[in-house]
Amino acid sequence: MHEFMIHEGFVNLAYLVASVLFIFGLKGLTHPRTAVRGNLLGATGMLLAAVATMLKVGLDYRLIIAGVVVGGLIGAVAALKVRMTGMPQMVALFNGFGGIASALVAGATLVPRLGRYTTSAADIQELVSVAAAALIGMVTFTGSVVAWGKLEELRLIPSKAVLFPGQQAINAVVFLASIAAGVWVVVDPSHTLPLWVLAGSAGLLGILLTIPIGGADMPVVIALLNSYSGLAAAATGFVINNNVLIIAGSLVGASGIILTSIMCKAMNRSLTNVLFGVLGPTSETATADEVYAGKIKSTTPDEVAMLFDGARRVVIVPGYGMAVAQAQHAVRDVMLQAEKLGAEVEFAIHPVAGRMPGHMNVLLAEADVPYEKLKEMDEINPTMDQVDVCLVIGANDVVNPLARTDPKSPIAGMPIIDADKARTVVVVKRSLSPGFAGIPNPLFAADNTLMLFGDGKKMMQELVTALKELQ
Amino acid sequence: MDPIGLLIMLLTIFVLAIFVGFEIITKVPPTLHTPLMSGSNAISGITIVGAILSAHVDAGMTTKVLATLAVVFATINVVGGFLVTHRMLEMFRKKKD
Repeated sequence: MHEFMIHEGFVNLAYLVASVLFIFGLKGLTHPRTAVRGNLLGATGMLLAAVATMLKVGLDYRLIIAGVVVGGLIGAVAALKVRMTGMPQMVALFNGFGGIASALVAGATLVPRLGRYTTSAADIQELVSVAAAALIGMVTFTGSVVAWGKLEELRLIPSKAVLFPGQQAINAVVFLASIAAGVWVVVDPSHTLPLWVLAGSAGLLGILLTIPIGGADMPVVIALLNSYSGLAAAATGFVINNNVLIIAGSLVGASGIILTSIMCKAMNRSLTNVLFGVLGPTSETATADEVYAGKIKSTTPDEVAMLFDGARRVVIVPGYGMAVAQAQHAVRDVMLQAEKLGAEVEFAIHPVAGRMPGHMNVLLAEADVPYEKLKEMDEINPTMDQVDVCLVIGANDVVNPLARTDPKSPIAGMPIIDADKARTVVVVKRSLSPGFAGIPNPLFAADNTLMLFGDGKKMMQELVTALKELQ
Repeated sequence: MDPIGLLIMLLTIFVLAIFVGFEIITKVPPTLHTPLMSGSNAISGITIVGAILSAHVDAGMTTKVLATLAVVFATINVVGGFLVTHRMLEMFRKKKD
């Protein structure tokens, strides 16, 4: 008995150290200089917590080691092979795996005790926590898998918002059914059926909550699922009465909520509006013909190169289209050539550009663009009127001036990058097709805008060639 | 400790940790949004502790299957999450040199 207590104390002490490492790790991740160390601290905390847990008596090491080897291999291969453009999907999928792991732990705790639960406070707490962990965990899992499918552009799951009549009502029914199944798990812990019903309905709920969300709203969903995966882990902590799960889980839950709110603010929309609202053209928005007819001026890479030649300040505004075209390296080359011609080149990054928070920053970092050149929207907007050439590549709604000028527009009030204020704007785009908000963009028809129609990567490569010829 | 006391202690830890979370992640530069997300996601893989504990020698078949799957998924989350974050952060760092 005495030995057991020392043992238990040691493990809990290790959990405390792990929790502190997680806190320092997350803090480190908030500054570029300390981020690598922060991530390593977090990983050290995780290793410590896992190894200390293994010291507990009565564990089936064959199963654990088999699980760790299989999971470790899959995780390592996935993490090392994924391309930077595929990062949003990868992060979504990892979120989901964390979620289902929590739900599985809840199940593995419940199953061996079925029929042996009493109405004691401890047992009620365990059952309520099992239900919560299973519910949040399954919603996180299926929601993340749907998000992954949308980002991966699987044909099975449309990447656009999927809307159907009665959607809100169906969601409400499934939500209530999940809650009811959770209550069933608590009041009737004698067999496995309530657990499967709970897992099934919560899984369905995750799918239903994620399919109506698409395109530019994905960063919000990814951040929110990130928060859920933390909350699922915290709920699992209540299942097994474990501090380190509760601490780590709630830290992640909080950080995910903060990111979610940053993303919502960047679109001037509430979380409810992103999750349940419908974004689209209204009858009062101008049609594409009204906006574009006769006003579009198309240009060539050679002409754009001439513009760059006389420019002192160039700002590049990247959007999701740059990721799709895999044009980040070509964009970097444009930056280098423009700098050789004497221009000062910066990048203006909108917080929701791309499909996850910070998406553009990761892609440009991959292409060796120094992060000092990546400017936030609020930092660069006041000086946009001193910009000679603004090159917009693959961005649309985040540079749509209607957000400032038309209070009836679906994007009214959304903070945008003031690309239109630059002396000359060059927009690289395949066609005049609308962005996620489904509305035309008067920027494309503006007097100071030139459209460079074509594939982002190809156009950038041709621009690089043209710039080289000028030197 | 009595069960109610234990629950209240756990709730206290939960609430305080949420506050700590809000406090340390107040101002993240947008450049680090993705690594912060994937790094914190890896930390949510802490559920691996629960997964390991549920793989008990006396457990029945269903429990063992659930526990092993939990270990697999949690390990993918942890190993994949930290590695992918490291890969991204290395890209941010190399420009400085």
